[in-house]
Amino acid sequence: MTDTKPPAAAPEEQPKPPAEETFFQRFMRELTSGSILVTILSVVLALLIGAVLIAASDPDVQDRAGYFFSRPGDTFEAAWNSVSNAYSALFTGSIIDINEYTVGRALRPLAETATNAAPLIAAGLGVALAFRAGLFNIGAEGQIILGAILAGYVGFGWQLPTGLHLIVGVLAGIVGGAVWGGVVGLLKARTGAHEVIVTIMLNYVARFLIAYLLTTAAFQRPGAANPVSPIVDESAQLPRFFDDSRLHLGFVLVILAAFGVWWLLERSTMGFEFRAVGANPTAARTAGMSVSRTYIWVMLLAGGLAGLAGVMQVLGTERYLTTGISGGLGFDAITVALLGRASPWGTVAAGLLFGALRAGGVPMQAGTGTPIDIILVIQSLIVLFIAAPPLVRAIFRVKVRAAGQPVAGLQRGWGA
Amino acid sequence: MTAPPTAGAELAVRPSWKAPIAFAVLALVALITFGILGESGQTSTFGISTGSDAWQIDPLALSSRPVALGLSLVCVVIAAYAAWLVRAGQAVPVWLTVLFAVAFVLAFLVWAVAGEQISFTSLLQGALALSVPLVFGALSGVLCERAGVINIAIEGQLLAGAFLSAVVATLTGNLYVGLIAAVVAGLLVAFVLAVFAIKYIVNQIIVGVVLNVLVLGVTNFLYGQLLAPEAGTWNSPGTLPRVEIPLLNEIPVIGPVVFEQTIIVYAMYVTVILVHIALFRTRWGLRVRAVGEHPKAADTLGIRVNTVRFRNVLLGGAVAGLGGAFFTLGNVGAFSREMSAGQGFIALAAMIFGRWSPLGALGAALLFGFANNLQSVLGIIGTPIPSEFMLMLPYILTIFAVAGLVGRVRAPAADGEPYVKS
Repeated sequence: MTDTKPPAAAPEEQPKPPAEETFFQRFMRELTSGSILVTILSVVLALLIGAVLIAASDPDVQDRAGYFFSRPGDTFEAAWNSVSNAYSALFTGSIIDINEYTVGRALRPLAETATNAAPLIAAGLGVALAFRAGLFNIGAEGQIILGAILAGYVGFGWQLPTGLHLIVGVLAGIVGGAVWGGVVGLLKARTGAHEVIVTIMLNYVARFLIAYLLTTAAFQRPGAANPVSPIVDESAQLPRFFDDSRLHLGFVLVILAAFGVWWLLERSTMGFEFRAVGANPTAARTAGMSVSRTYIWVMLLAGGLAGLAGVMQVLGTERYLTTGISGGLGFDAITVALLGRASPWGTVAAGLLFGALRAGGVPMQAGTGTPIDIILVIQSLIVLFIAAPPLVRAIFRVKVRAAGQPVAGLQRGWGA
Repeated sequence: MTAPPTAGAELAVRPSWKAPIAFAVLALVALITFGILGESGQTSTFGISTGSDAWQIDPLALSSRPVALGLSLVCVVIAAYAAWLVRAGQAVPVWLTVLFAVAFVLAFLVWAVAGEQISFTSLLQGALALSVPLVFGALSGVLCERAGVINIAIEGQLLAGAFLSAVVATLTGNLYVGLIAAVVAGLLVAFVLAVFAIKYIVNQIIVGVVLNVLVLGVTNFLYGQLLAPEAGTWNSPGTLPRVEIPLLNEIPVIGPVVFEQTIIVYAMYVTVILVHIALFRTRWGLRVRAVGEHPKAADTLGIRVNTVRFRNVLLGGAVAGLGGAFFTLGNVGAFSREMSAGQGFIALAAMIFGRWSPLGALGAALLFGFANNLQSVLGIIGTPIPSEFMLMLPYILTIFAVAGLVGRVRAPAADGEPYVKS
């Protein structure tokens, strides 16, 4: 049915920018060609709908809406207060707290944003990499868990010299994720099992596996009644940069990983094969590339990146294993990769945005009582709008040139 | 075999050795673990009747090791018969697989219950209760995917149905209005899916995944804002009454399990049968399947492909929404956060395991529900197997199924491919 598909905007088909284009020119071109504009409008639209939801569910607003027709101003005032309180708490919790007196404390929210963004970016890179090869990796959740299990076990179960301990822990986590992802690639390559199904199922297997392990003597903290592991040794912890913030070395690792993925996709032969398989597996096979080998490699690398996210959680942010160690990161990673349009630097930007939402959500809930779940609503709306540029254009009545599909090479179903 | 299986491979006449090999391995496991290594001298007791039954039947006390051994031998015989069939060039029939599964599960049960007593009837009752949302969800998947639209949003549809049914039933004070609200909630989610997937041609898996997150976020948010602080106003619908069907509910075991249920469960029986007949025995079903398998050909014959798809997605959403109501109105009597708890994904697995057919999905959903309930029942009496591994079972079985280790599953050919007239 290849002839019935809409023309997917493969990366190769887009007009190549002239080599002498400056950064600013490129930014303006992307802005006017729609992709950035649609992204910004989507974020605005999602925040607007979130505002409506916050206002409509506020008991104070509901009370005043009872006499809306006699004094409509009251209702709007209450709605404005409710929304502005929530969103300003979100802002001060994630970017900068202007009420603090020292620069360090005022910028602490920003560090918290980066802390939250680090695992999101790592797992998002894994999802994005798989996207580029035409694979839909919903299994970041499971891969994070496996990475966290292995990294955590090395962290609290092994005794190694300082330095080596951290390196072995990080590598163990990456291997854990890579194995969990690699199984998917192997099954897809050998039997044609669809990766979406296998990854969803493996997420649950991983979840029950960690629940089981945390009841065993090897993993459960001695004397603890609930399923938590011992705290990882200091020699295996990712060092923190500042005294009063959780920001750790993992953020640097993630930026390096993003650079690595960029290099792999844009500068290496293997990355070219990934993209070729993603754009058209049949053509890639005809051109002499091994599609099954590509599937296995992509899923190994994607799993490894998600495993790195697990490493950050267990050796950096939390420092011990719980059943909720992944905390829904794997699913946020999908939206991060989609928002970043499956490009490495786009994923970094999207990860920072979602990290900010995560970081700001906690003080927002504590300070204003607005449930943190509004973040999920805003995130999913952003992605939904970005996925359908015609819709956003119709709502804002802006004319932009076709922005193409959000991710090239994904217009296919269970088969293929 | 490196290439993914194609439609042509289905026509190959040589039957696969995978089934007999899988049977043989499992039969050996049964023979050694449940039979030979089982503790001798224990009895496994199964209660048959519930207190209110007209005819009381004494609990069945079985001598654990000999019975498990016998059932394991049945497994071995079935495996040998399957091997003989394949050697003779015949495929392994479905009923043989079912028979094998039943013998294996019974052998396991007798072994696991050794020295204890469980009520067989309440085991099945619990299994059915856990299966109901799965069946509705899987049917929703079948309706969408047979028309060529992937429905990952089953989870979101179930959750939306559970949420809105509880809220509306509380506000109106009428549980049946709540049921209608559940259908509307499922329809709403399906409508968004249909608009994005069919009108805007966004990747269907992406829309589904995002919709799940959206519904989760909205229901969690409203739960935190409204339902939790003021449960009396928003979240105390109560449960639907159980309707006993006279005479039929007197049948031992089956009666109390099947015919003493809420209206949602009776609706489930009817829906399964209706969807099965409609899909495979009516003109409508032929059209739907044509759209799912070869939309271009269907279009050439004058079937409006995207209209059929749109309607089927909405229909699927309505079915899943009704299933969501079972969580609240059918079972617990109130909504709680993340109530669907991944059941939508097990429903997806049941649909695949049931090979995209309503009856198959029913069977798979019942199997998964049974495994889940068995896990919690055995968790109470204490078994050698950690409950987490029992909980993994549906997921691992599904991976085996899609990998072609347990028979081969094949999705509708045009599943997930948007149709644009060229």
